Amino acid sequence: MSETGIGARVRRKEDRRFVTGAGNYTDDVNIAGQAHAVFRRSEHAHAAVKSVDASAALALPGVLGVFTGDDLAADEVGALPAGWMIHSKDGSPMNAPGHPCLVQGKARYVGDPVAVVIAETQAQARAGAEALEVDYEELDAVIDLTETQSSSVLLHDDAPKNTCYEWELGDKAATEAAFAKAHHVTRLSLTNNRLVPNAMEPRAALADYDAGTGSYTLYTTSQNPHVARLVMSAFLNVAPEHKLRVIAPDVGGGFGSKIYVYPEEVVCTWASKKVGRAVKWTADRTESFITDAHGRDHATDAQLAMDERGRILGFRVRTTANLGAYPSLFATCVPTYLYATLLSGQYDIPAIYAEVDAVYTNTVPVDAYRGAGRPEATFVVERIVEVAAREMGIDPATFRKRNFVKKFPHQTPVIMTYDAGDYAASLNRACDLIDYKGFNRRRRDSARNGKLRGIGFSNYIEACGIAPSAAVGSLGAGVGLWESAEVRVNPTGNVEVLTGSHSHGQGHETTFAQLVAERLGIGIDQVEIVHGDTDKVQFGMGTYGSRSGAVGMSAIAKALDKVEAKAKKIAAHLLEAAEGDIEFKDGTFSVTGTDKSISFPEVSLSAYVAHKFPTSEIEPGLKEGAFYDPSNFTFPAGCHICEVEIDPATGVTDIVNWVAVDDFGVVVNPMIVEGQVHGGIAQGVGQALLENAVYDSSGQLLTASYMDYCMPRADDLPDFTVDTTVTPCPSNPLGIKGCGEAGAIAAPAAVINAITDALGHEEIAMPATPQAVWRAAQVAAREAAE
Amino acid sequence: MTTVAMTVNGDSVSADVEPRTLLVQFLRENLLLTGTHVGCDTSQCGACVVHVNGKAVKACTMLAVQCEGAEVTTIEGLADGDALHPMQAAFQEHHGLQCGFCTPGMIMSAVDIVNRHGGAPDEATIRKQLDGNICRCTGYHNIVKAVAAGGAAMDVPAREAAE
Repeated sequence: MSETGIGARVRRKEDRRFVTGAGNYTDDVNIAGQAHAVFRRSEHAHAAVKSVDASAALALPGVLGVFTGDDLAADEVGALPAGWMIHSKDGSPMNAPGHPCLVQGKARYVGDPVAVVIAETQAQARAGAEALEVDYEELDAVIDLTETQSSSVLLHDDAPKNTCYEWELGDKAATEAAFAKAHHVTRLSLTNNRLVPNAMEPRAALADYDAGTGSYTLYTTSQNPHVARLVMSAFLNVAPEHKLRVIAPDVGGGFGSKIYVYPEEVVCTWASKKVGRAVKWTADRTESFITDAHGRDHATDAQLAMDERGRILGFRVRTTANLGAYPSLFATCVPTYLYATLLSGQYDIPAIYAEVDAVYTNTVPVDAYRGAGRPEATFVVERIVEVAAREMGIDPATFRKRNFVKKFPHQTPVIMTYDAGDYAASLNRACDLIDYKGFNRRRRDSARNGKLRGIGFSNYIEACGIAPSAAVGSLGAGVGLWESAEVRVNPTGNVEVLTGSHSHGQGHETTFAQLVAERLGIGIDQVEIVHGDTDKVQFGMGTYGSRSGAVGMSAIAKALDKVEAKAKKIAAHLLEAAEGDIEFKDGTFSVTGTDKSISFPEVSLSAYVAHKFPTSEIEPGLKEGAFYDPSNFTFPAGCHICEVEIDPATGVTDIVNWVAVDDFGVVVNPMIVEGQVHGGIAQGVGQALLENAVYDSSGQLLTASYMDYCMPRADDLPDFTVDTTVTPCPSNPLGIKGCGEAGAIAAPAAVINAITDALGHEEIAMPATPQAVWRAAQVAAREAAE
Repeated sequence: MTTVAMTVNGDSVSADVEPRTLLVQFLRENLLLTGTHVGCDTSQCGACVVHVNGKAVKACTMLAVQCEGAEVTTIEGLADGDALHPMQAAFQEHHGLQCGFCTPGMIMSAVDIVNRHGGAPDEATIRKQLDGNICRCTGYHNIVKAVAAGGAAMDVPAREAAE
């Protein structure tokens, strides 16, 4: 391994600009003469908008224009679509009404944009938005996902019972048969609490229309600028694709929330032509809380059937998933193909049957948030496995090992074919690192100090690099999930790599350069990674679902193969040897068995000078592109163990130890991978202990600021012990599985399993706040006394 | 409009501003010093932390006119030319950042923590003192290590007791 190659802890190339304040985020970009947009948003969860009187707003200083849904409709600007078709059990297609970018008819959640005011300054636009007279007819709202299907309130005329779909997966009869012969059945009802992603950079957009060329430029906080351009062109009719440039510059975190196309960037782009000015909008934090797609929000009943030895026979799951008021871009696939397909966990389960109803409520739309369906699946699987082990009096680690998938490939009853893994290796390593054998001693020590100590496992599996495209298409996806790359070798031998992946904290400028530097034998500083601009990169699918290593880097590897093949042809002419005798190693082309050689920069220069090879056979230049479509999903998996100490007098949970042993396949940069794991665990711990999006019964989001929504702080979290085991992924050329979501997927079950172990009581909802834990401790103490 | 004058990163600056202009707006919009970020509306996130007369301040919580005559240092003024401040170098060395959005405020707070506590603050102190800075990417693990290492490299004399 070289100092900068695959597997090296290379310090990040992008850091210098971030630590010196020289990053370039969307709100940092300014265009001369720009105007500012402020949105007037519905204060009601459900209301008919009878009229919008803009006369007072238009009379205010600086106000340039006021626009409503009628103006968008007049220009035939379409509604935001759902990008993944799901069919119900009865074969009928889902009911997925579009989301108008400004309200047309009814507002369906607090925050739904009713109108936009464009003004010279942001303050003037804000004053204008407040001066709009909106005449609402308030309607009853439905907020609770468990009540909406039987509610008298109807959100969308074309979605009866407020239901998007009633979907199933698996073999119902086989599962019933498994339960019929069960020795023991464990039953569990779980709520997966609603979260707000909270990337630290609020969403923003700056759009500029050039009347001279008829082209638009949009700077926006996007994880996938090409998909944004495609949606805005093909579905929203804002501008043709070749007349719309979308730039996602430095983006301050995404976690899924910046995948989707939102009303604000559409309206700013459209309005920049209307007012003849560049238009800028930046969300404030409360606006982010009530407009960024939320995450999770499931209610689930699950039953697990075992034989007398604790071997799992069957698994039955019934889930209701809250989509919020509209189906966001990828929302419909999250509780289906990203959720129920992972319900086999790491276990060899003969029969599984899952039913999922996706429902509408008068709340912010819900879509993929770090992990997207897989955290929800892992929470169900790892909670019920833990409870089953406890009920049957089997050590939870032993119970898991007894049921692990051990032979690969393994076909689960829920679509997935696991390709490689060694789940016992991760579990054993994690048990060693946390000293599982010494836990009972530590528990006794805690008890002597009046504290309750518990330990919780979470053996998660996830599916990343969602592909091949034809397979996801057959499941309903509206897009392919390949990735593109272009490797441009300059005449002097340095290299630009254009990638369809997008970095918003993942460190692609470093890890992607590691691959290129190693393959071409050049310095890592000789490689520039270009991303996030539709005028530079031809097309790409962006970054989400832990796909950029497995899919994006594989595309680069494929393009590098082509560069190397062409460079070898040129080197053969320069070295006057047969192409088959040319070897390329460590940046040098040599003729096998001789001392004749030539360096990579010399070949690059010759490729462009084009004097020494026949251009009738070999085109001048050295630039190659590739589109890479994976042959299977990748299956990262691992074992997280959380150890907590609870003060029963206060209910405060202290995480005293955390061990994560993950199998991500080949690791490109361990430093960056560990950072991804740390961050994921923090978000999972946030879900388990702190975070909750709370609505009141009228549909007001009560937790819409950092004063009310509890974000994890440094002293809420422990020092993490992070390690890996490696089974290379067989389905891509680099052996990478993906690491970005693992922590968020694994952590909630580990925390709750530890808390319930400490309390000896299974009834605790997330977030397990001190109040909730204190109450549960009281109940547990009463039960123990009885 | 009111005229306000102060020293920012060693340069004398002045501008006519509305009295309600926040310091962070003055820095970002008048001076185009966009390294100082805005991540919330309620002074919780700390992305906007700068130093005013040597003390850490959330620039969203102070009016520009309150800084009349003050010495303000932003993230852009922390390095000595091309040489990074030890805390900046420590954040890079210990991978204390991912998306980079909270990083300027985090580094400015970290420098202030070390200045107030002296020496190399321990892990518990660092975690407690970072209460006013939110990071969504790193889980704080590497930030804590960076602050400890940056603190050690800053060579601030140890204090008897933390304030």
